[in-house]
Amino acid sequence: MTITIINSPVTVERAQSVARHDPHTEPWLVRGIIISVAVTFLTVFVVLPLILVFSEALSKGVGFYLSALADSEALAAIWLTLITAVISVSLNLVFGVAAAWAVAKFEFRGKTLLVTLIDLPFSVSPVISGLVFVLLFGAQGFFGPWLMSHGINILFAVPAIVLATTFVTFPFVARELIPLMQEQGSQEEEAAISLGASGWRTFIVVTLPNIKWGLLYGVLLCNARAMGEFGAVSVVSGHIRGETNTMPLLVEILYNEYQLVASFAIASLLALLALVTLIAKTILEGQIEEGQLHRDD
Amino acid sequence: MGLTLTWLSLLILIPLAGLFVKTADLSLSQFFDTVTSSRTLHALRISFGLAFAAALVNLVAGLIIVWALVRYRFPGRRLFDAIVDIPFALPTAVAGIALTTLFAQNGWLGAPLASLGIKVAFTPLGIFLAMVFIGIPFVVRTVQPVLIDLDVEIEEAAVCLGASRWQTITRVIIPSLTPAILTGFALAFARAVGEYGSVIFIAGNLPNVSEIAPLLIVIRLSEFRYADATAIAVVMLVVSFLIILLLNRLQRWAQTRALAVS
Repeated sequence: MTITIINSPVTVERAQSVARHDPHTEPWLVRGIIISVAVTFLTVFVVLPLILVFSEALSKGVGFYLSALADSEALAAIWLTLITAVISVSLNLVFGVAAAWAVAKFEFRGKTLLVTLIDLPFSVSPVISGLVFVLLFGAQGFFGPWLMSHGINILFAVPAIVLATTFVTFPFVARELIPLMQEQGSQEEEAAISLGASGWRTFIVVTLPNIKWGLLYGVLLCNARAMGEFGAVSVVSGHIRGETNTMPLLVEILYNEYQLVASFAIASLLALLALVTLIAKTILEGQIEEGQLHRDD
Repeated sequence: MGLTLTWLSLLILIPLAGLFVKTADLSLSQFFDTVTSSRTLHALRISFGLAFAAALVNLVAGLIIVWALVRYRFPGRRLFDAIVDIPFALPTAVAGIALTTLFAQNGWLGAPLASLGIKVAFTPLGIFLAMVFIGIPFVVRTVQPVLIDLDVEIEEAAVCLGASRWQTITRVIIPSLTPAILTGFALAFARAVGEYGSVIFIAGNLPNVSEIAPLLIVIRLSEFRYADATAIAVVMLVVSFLIILLLNRLQRWAQTRALAVS
C-alpha cells in the first residue's frame, strides 16, 4: 500500500515530510501525557481500592483475618452465597441456552422485543429488581396473603434471594451465546438431523462443542455477579443474621457495626473471586479467539 | 421456544407488570404528591444529575484510556487492559466500603484531599466518584473493538490529503467512533442512575443532601410504604427509558453520519 504511493515522484517529498512526524501517532510528549493520565486514572480508581481491601483485611494480622472468616455468621453467609450461586447459575444456564437457541436459530415475530427483554435486568436498578419481588410476595403483595395462609415463606427467606439473584443474572449466558450461535448458523445442525440424529443428540454432539467456550464465559460472569449481588438481594433478604445474609450483605452489616477488619476480611474473599474471574475470563477470551480462527480455516 | 417465553414472562414480565399495577393503587393526585415531594425530587435530581456528570467523566477518561491501550505500547499495558473490568467484576458492596475508606477523612486519598479543604466521603462528591468508578468499563469496552478494527488506511488517506494529526483525529477518527462512544455513555449512565451498593456507603445518605433515589426506595420499603416506593421506581424507569431512547436516536444519527464520512 505505502510502496505504491512512494513510487510516484510527487508523493516522495510528501512521504518524507510525513516521515519526520509519524502520521500514525502523536508527538512523544502527547503520548506520554495520555499514557500517564490513563495509568493514573486506573490506579487511583481501581488499583488503590483493590489493594486497600486486602491491606485492611490483614491489618490485624493473619490470625485475626482467619478467625473473622471462621466466625459462624461468616460461614453461614459463605454457605448461603454458594448455594444461591449454584441454583441461579444452573437455572440461567438452562434458560440462557434455550433463549439463545430460540433467538439465533429460529425466525419469529417479536424477536427484537425478546432480545430487549433479555437485556432488561441490566438496565434496571438492582433495587427495583428487588422491589418487584417484594411486590409479588410481600405481605401487601399479590401472592403474599395466599402464601402466608399456606405457611410458605418466600420473601425474607432463601427462595426470594435465589429468585432475585436469578433475575439480576438472567442476561449473562444468553447474551454471550446469541452472537456466537448466530454467527455459526444452523447448517451443521441441519446436516446432523438429516443424517438421522435426534434433536438432543444433535445438541450434545454438534452444538455444544461449538459453543462450549462462550457458554463457560457466560457462566463465569453470571457466577461472579450472582455471588456479588447486593442491591436486589438486600431488598428481599430481610437481613436475618446467620440465616438470610449473603456475603455482600454481611460485609455491609459488619461495616456498619464498625467491625471494619471482619468486614474487609469477607470483602477480600469477594475481591479474590473477582480477580480469579478476571483471570479466567482473559484465558477464555484467548480460547474463544482460537476457536474462531479454527472455524475460519 | 415456548420454554424460553414462559421463563422470560415468569421471571421478568410478571414482576415488571406488577410494578405498574401496584402504582395504580395510588390515586393520580397521591402519585403526584409522592413524586413531587421535595425529598423525592431531590433524590431523583441527585441520582440523574450526578449519573450524567459521572458518565461524562467516563466518556473523556474512557477515550483517553482506550486510546492509550489500543494505540500505544507501554509496560504493563496488558495488565491495565485487564484491570479495566474490575469495577464490573468487583461486588458493589466491596467497592463501596473500599472507596469510602479510601476517601474518608483519614483515608489514603481522603487525608491529602481534606488538607486541601476538599471533603469527599459523605458528600455528593463522594456519590459522584463512586459513580465514576462503576462506569469505567463501559466506554472503554464499547469503543475498544471499534478502534482496533478502524482501518489505518483511512487515516493514511487523510494524512496524504494534507490533514494534520489533530484534523485526522477530530474529523476522521472521532466521527467513526461516535456511535460506540454514545453506547458506552448510555450504558455507564444507566448503570450509575440505578447504582446502589457502591454508592450508599460513601454517600452519607442525608435526606435532601446526599440521598440517592434507589436508597429512598429502600427506605420507603422498610417503612412498608410500598406504593410510594413503587411510584419512585416507576418514575426512575420511565425517565431512564426516555433518556436511553433519546441516546439511541442520537446514536443512529451518528451512525449515518459516520457512514457518510467513510
